[in-house]
Amino acid sequence: MRLVNSVLVVGLLLCGPAQAASRKEPLPSPPGASACSGCHGAGRSIPQLPGKIPVEIATALQDFKTGKRPATVMDRIAKGFSDDEIAAIAAWYGRQRP
Amino acid sequence: METDDPNRRRFLESALAGAAMSAFPLPALAQARGHGHVVVIGGGFGGASCARTLKRLEPRLAVTLVESNRIFTSCPFSNAVIAGLRDIADQHFGYRAVAKQGVALHWGTASAVDRQNHRVVLSDGSTLRYDRLVLAPGVDIRWDGLPGYSEEAALRMPHAWKAGEQTLLLRRQLAAMDDGGLVAIAAPANPYRCPPGPYERASLIAYYLKTHKPRSKLIVLDAKDAFSKQRLFEEAWKVLYPDLIEWVPLSQGGQVISVDPATMTLVTDFASHQVAVANVIPPQRAGAIASLAGVADRSGWCPIDPTTFESTLQKDIHVIGDAAIAGAMPKSAFAANAQAKVCAAAIVEMLAGRQPDDPRLINTCYSLVAPDYGISIAGVYHAAGGQLTDVTGAGGISPLDAPRSFREQEARYAEGWFKTITTEAFG
Repeated sequence: MRLVNSVLVVGLLLCGPAQAASRKEPLPSPPGASACSGCHGAGRSIPQLPGKIPVEIATALQDFKTGKRPATVMDRIAKGFSDDEIAAIAAWYGRQRP
Repeated sequence: METDDPNRRRFLESALAGAAMSAFPLPALAQARGHGHVVVIGGGFGGASCARTLKRLEPRLAVTLVESNRIFTSCPFSNAVIAGLRDIADQHFGYRAVAKQGVALHWGTASAVDRQNHRVVLSDGSTLRYDRLVLAPGVDIRWDGLPGYSEEAALRMPHAWKAGEQTLLLRRQLAAMDDGGLVAIAAPANPYRCPPGPYERASLIAYYLKTHKPRSKLIVLDAKDAFSKQRLFEEAWKVLYPDLIEWVPLSQGGQVISVDPATMTLVTDFASHQVAVANVIPPQRAGAIASLAGVADRSGWCPIDPTTFESTLQKDIHVIGDAAIAGAMPKSAFAANAQAKVCAAAIVEMLAGRQPDDPRLINTCYSLVAPDYGISIAGVYHAAGGQLTDVTGAGGISPLDAPRSFREQEARYAEGWFKTITTEAFG
C-alpha cells in the first residue's frame, strides 16, 4: 500500500508545473487542501489528516461523496471535489507530518 | 481591555517597530530572491491565520502583523457567553504563538496607506514598508446607519457584534432583567458579519430565558425576509422554544428604522416596541483602514480577485475576511481562515514570480440552537467569472427532520471546530 501511495505521490509531483522540480521549498498544497485544516486539526472530535494513508482519505471522501458513508457535513463538502482533486488532496495530506 | 502603563506600551511599540524595521531586507532586492516583506493589518481569524501561514510557507519572508489589542476576543461562541453558558475568558486568545513563529508584532493602529511608496503609516507616526499588504480589518459599525443609534446608545442597547465588553454588557442586561421581560434583537439587512449569528443569538438567549426566566419573550425584528439556515432554526424553535421566539420579517414590518435608547424603544414602519433588553445589530462596513487604503468601493466593502484576494481597486494590497466581497462566501471566521491560507499561498507564489493556481475554498458554519443542538451550513467555492462562486451540487444546510443524535453530534463538532480554528489562528 505504501509503495502504491508513493508512486501516486511521485506521479502527482511530476505532473506539477515545470519549475516545481527545481525548487527547494515545499510544493503548494493542491486546491482545497488548505481549507480542510479549518476543522481537521486540534479539536478532538474531528480526526486529523496529516500523515493519514492517502487511500484512506481518498476512499472516505469518495464514500462521503456518493453517500455510501454517512456524514453530518462531509457529504456536502465532498460533493465539491472531482476524483482528481480528491486524489491530489489525499496524496498531499499523506505527505504532511502529523 | 489593554490598560497597561502607556509609557511602557509606547516604549514596547517603538522597540518592536524598530526591531521590525531593521530586520527587513531591501524589498526590491529581496523580491528577486523570493523574499520580501508582507504587512498584515488586523489580527483576527483572517489576519493571524494569514501571517502564520506566510511564515510557514516561506520562512525567509519578513511578516509584520499590525494589531491594536494584545488579546483577541472571539466572536464565534460569544453568543454562548451572552446566554451565560460560557466564560468570556474562553474567548480570549493571545499572540505568543504568532510571535514565536517569527511574525513581528506591531501593537497599534494603521492610520493611512501610502500606496505610491508602499508604506503603511501607523498611529504612532512610524511607517512600515511593504512589498505586499494584507488587510484583514473585519467590520466597523456604521454609526450613521440607523437613526438614534450611536456609540453612546450602544451602552444602553448593545450591539455585541464585536466581542468583548459589549458581549458582557448584553449578558449583564439579560441577567438583570425581571422574569416576564421582553427582549428584542434587531437584525440587519445583508451583507453583515456572520449571517446566521442573530438567529443563533436568538436561540441561545431563548435557552437562557426558558431556563431562568420562563415568562419572558424574545422578538426578532428583521430587515430581511429570509435568513441563513432559516428552516433549521424555525424547525428547532418550534420544538425547543414554542411561543418564546417571535420573528418579524421585513415584509411584516420587521425592519427597525430608528431607536430611542432613553425609552428603550425600537421603531419599525408599523409599530413601536418598548423592550426591557434591546440588542441592536446595526449595519456594518469594512474596517476603517479599507477605505483609507482605497480598497473599499461605494458599498463600504472591498472587491477582490478570487484567486489571489488582491484588491481589484489597488495593486499589491490584498483583502481577506469579513471586509472582502467574497462572492458566495459568507462573512465567517471559517471563511476568513480559509481565505487567509489561499491568500498567503498566492502571495508566496507572486513574490517568487509564479502564477498562483485557481483555488478551491470551503466554508462550514455551525450554529448552536441549544448547548446540545447544533446545525450547520457548508459551501465549496471556486473562482468563476471573476467571483468566488458556489461549486454546483456541493454545500447546503444540515438535513431537516434529522434525529436528535445528529444535532448533538453537530454541537460537538461545533466545539471541535472552535478549538481547531482558534489553534490555527493563534496557536
